Amino acid sequence: MSIDDQIKQSAESLDAHTAEIIKWHFSPETGSPFWLDWAKEQDWNPLEEVNNFSDLCEKFPNFEDEWLRDLPNEVWVPQAYKGKPFNIFETGGTTGMPKQRIGWDDFRIDYSAFSETLSDEHFPRDHYWMMVGPTGPRRLRLAIEHLANVRGCSCYFVDLDPRWVKRLIASKQFDQARAYMDHAIDQALTILKHRSVSALFTTPKLLEALAERKDLIRAGIKGVFCGGTTMDKQYARFLVEEVCEGGKIGFVPTYGNTLMGLARHHPIGPENDYSIAYYAPQPRAVLRVIDPETNKPVEYDTWGRVELTTMTKEFFMPRFLERDEALRRKPWAEAPWDGVAEVRPFGAMEKNIVEGVY
Amino acid sequence: MNTPHIPCLRFGEPYRSFNESEVNDYRDGSTKATLSQVNAGIIRRDLKQIAKAREALAKLSTRDLVDISSKAGDLFLNEDLPLGEGSMQSAQDYLETLSSTSGLPHVMVKRNMVKIHYALTHVELILNGLTRGINFDILDQGHGEQAGAPVCFYPTTDALGLVMPSNSPAVNSLWLPSIALKIPIIMKPGREEPWTPYRLIQAFIAAGCPKEAFGFYPTDHEGAGDILRLCGRALIFGDKSTTDLYAGDPGVQVHGPGFSKILIGDDEIENWPDYVDVMASSISDNGGRSCVNASAIIVPKYSKEIADALGKRLGPLKPLPVDDPDAVLSGFANPKMGEWIDAALDADFEGCGASDATAPYRDGSRLIKAEGGTYLRPTIAHCESIDHPLANREFLCPYASVVEVPQAEMLSSIGPTLVVTAITQDEGFKKDLLRASNVERLNIGPLSTMKISWDQPHEGNMFEFLYKRRSIGVAA
Repeated sequence: MSIDDQIKQSAESLDAHTAEIIKWHFSPETGSPFWLDWAKEQDWNPLEEVNNFSDLCEKFPNFEDEWLRDLPNEVWVPQAYKGKPFNIFETGGTTGMPKQRIGWDDFRIDYSAFSETLSDEHFPRDHYWMMVGPTGPRRLRLAIEHLANVRGCSCYFVDLDPRWVKRLIASKQFDQARAYMDHAIDQALTILKHRSVSALFTTPKLLEALAERKDLIRAGIKGVFCGGTTMDKQYARFLVEEVCEGGKIGFVPTYGNTLMGLARHHPIGPENDYSIAYYAPQPRAVLRVIDPETNKPVEYDTWGRVELTTMTKEFFMPRFLERDEALRRKPWAEAPWDGVAEVRPFGAMEKNIVEGVY
Repeated sequence: MNTPHIPCLRFGEPYRSFNESEVNDYRDGSTKATLSQVNAGIIRRDLKQIAKAREALAKLSTRDLVDISSKAGDLFLNEDLPLGEGSMQSAQDYLETLSSTSGLPHVMVKRNMVKIHYALTHVELILNGLTRGINFDILDQGHGEQAGAPVCFYPTTDALGLVMPSNSPAVNSLWLPSIALKIPIIMKPGREEPWTPYRLIQAFIAAGCPKEAFGFYPTDHEGAGDILRLCGRALIFGDKSTTDLYAGDPGVQVHGPGFSKILIGDDEIENWPDYVDVMASSISDNGGRSCVNASAIIVPKYSKEIADALGKRLGPLKPLPVDDPDAVLSGFANPKMGEWIDAALDADFEGCGASDATAPYRDGSRLIKAEGGTYLRPTIAHCESIDHPLANREFLCPYASVVEVPQAEMLSSIGPTLVVTAITQDEGFKKDLLRASNVERLNIGPLSTMKISWDQPHEGNMFEFLYKRRSIGVAA
C-alpha cells in the first residue's frame, strides 16, 4: 500500500474511533459524570455534532488540566466502569495538589502495543529489565513492569523523585541534586553488579551518569528505553554515538506522559541529523503541532505548540495543550500520521526551564 | 564569503555539534562565525581518556616542546592558520575579526598578539623563571640533581582545565607554558573570544605539537563546572562573584579582578605631576580591560589635584575608528555590560563622598554610541575615603579612584592587590612593601602597573600549580 493510502486509511480509522469514543463518553449508559454534566452546559451536542476528528478539533475547547487537580476522581469514572476500583496516577507537580488520572487497563493496552515496536535483539525476551527513574505515583512504574512482563521479563526498580530534584535545582542546591542522582546511580550499579539485566528504562541524564561509571555493554545491557526530558539533536546524537556506542546498545527514545501513554520514535541517525520525531499511539491518542491562536496545524517542519487528545474508553481528554513545543513532522510508513519532533519545553528558547537530572 | 564555523576540538580532532552559537560583530551584530556548542557529557567522556593526550605529549622532550612553542609563536603572529572547516585565517584576518567582535581597536589587538608571540618565543625564559632554573632533563625524567641536591617532581593533574574570559586576548599567555610542561589543556573558550585560543591551538599543531594535547569545548555552565571539577588543576577567569565560588579550592587558580594600584609615598608626593603619565597609562592601556590596569591611585595628599590632572588627561578621550593607531578605548561586545557599568557608576556618584573628576573635561555622557558600537569614556573618581564604594572597584573600562590615605596606613587599607606600583625612595616604606602579603607583584618606582615580567609569574606559578616536589631515593 502506498504511503498516501496508508495515511488515508489511518485518518479514516481515527475518524471512526473518534465517533465511537464520543458516543461512549457522552451516552448516559456508558459516559462519565464529568463529560455528561459538561455536555449539558453546552449549547451544542457532541453526540450529534462530532462525527470525526476534525469535528472534535473544531468543536471542543482546550481541555483544562486544572479539572484533573480540582475535581474528585469519581467524576471521571465512565458508567461502564462503575464499581470497579481504579488506579490513580499522578503527573508533574512540585508543590500542592498534583494532577491525577484514573485508569484500569489503558496502561496495559498502550504498553502491550508499544512492545510490538521493540526489537528482540535489543530487548530480549524472557530476561530482566531495570527501571531507574520516577516511580512513585506515576503510571510509568506499572507500565514499564507490564511492558517487561509482556516480553516475558521481570523488572528491577530504582526510584528517583523528580519533584524533589526540581525543588533542589530551583533553590540552586546543585550539590544536593548531584548527590541525589549519585544515590540513584549507586543503587542501579549495585543491581547491575549482582543481577543480570539486559534492558534499561531510564532518563537521558541518568543513562549518561550510569554509563560514566559502568561499561554498559560489558554489564550486559542490550537496549535502553529512554524518556522524560528534552533531547535535542546534539544530545540524541551523543547518546546514540557515544553512550550507546553507535548502536551496540539499542537506543529507543520515547515521549510520553500519564495523560497520553507512549509515543514511538522514527529511527534516528546521521541521515536525519538525529532529529527525534515521535508518533502518538493513534487512534488512542493524537498529537498535533498547532498554532494555538488559530487552532490549525503549523506547516511541516516548523515549530508549534504540542496538543494532545486522548481517546480511550477509560479516559477522554480533547485538545489538551501540552507545555511543550515541537516541529511538525510528516507521516511515515509505520505511523502514517503526523509526528512531533525535537520536543522541548514551550518557550525554552526564551527562558531557562528547570528539568534537572531526572 | 561564507560564515566560518569553529568546531569543538576533541583531542585536536574537529567535532561539529548540532548546537551552535554565534560570534557577532560588536557594532552591527552581523555573524562573524558560528561556534559548535557541546554538552557537558562529551567533556566528561573525553576526560576519561585524557591519558592518551598526556602520553602524546610525553613522547616529546621539554626542549622539543619549547622549540615547538617558539615556532607556534611565529606562526600565530604571521601565518595563515586553519579556522574551522576548510577555511584559513591570515594574521590580518585574525586581527580584524577579533577587533570586530571584541571591540578592541586594531592597535590593541596587535599589542596583544605581540605579547602572546613574545610569551611563546620565550617559553624557555618563562620555564626558567617558573622552575627557578631546573634543567629540562630533570623535567623529562621526573627526577635528577639540582645544585647538588636530588629533586623529583610529579604532575598534579592529567590536564589543565581552562574557563577563559572574553575580555582580553593576552590572558591566553597564562596557559601557554602548560604545553611545554607536558600537561594537555581542556578549555572552554570565552563566548565572544574563541579566535585567540583556536588560533593558538592551530599554531601549536602546525608547529608539530601532538593535536591530542588540545581540548577546545565551547559549552554551557554545566560543561564549565565539569572542567573545573574534573580537571585536577584549572584556571578560571571571572568577576568577583564567580571567583569567590572557587576561592578555597586548591585545584582551581582564580583569576578575577586585580584591583591593581599605584601608591605614592610621602617622599615623592610633591613630585606628583611627574607621574601623571605613568598613572594615565596604567589606567587606560589595553582599554582599561586588564587585571593589571590600575584601578586606584593611593596618595598621602593632593588627591584632588591628581584626580583633576588625570581627569584633564583622560576625560577628553573619545572612541576612534578601530583602525586608528591612536585608539585608546574599546567597544563593548555586549552593550548591556557598558550600560550596567555606567548605571553603577552614576548610582555610586549620587551619594556623598565621591566626585567624577573626568566629567568637567568630557563633552557629553560617559556612555556613548560611536563608531557603530557602545563605548564608555574614562572615569576618574575622586573619593574622600578609602571606604567609599568607588575607592576599590574595577570596571571593564578605563577607571580609577584617587584617594588620600596616610602612608603608614596604605598597605593595611588597600586589600588584596595584584600589582602595586609604589613610587617612593623611602627605604622604610620599601621594606614594608616587600613584606606585604597582600601584593602579588610589586613594582618599585614609576613603572606602569601593566609592566609584568615573563620570567616571574605575577599571579600564581604554573609550574608549582601543575607539579609537586617529592623526596626520592633510588637504589644504586
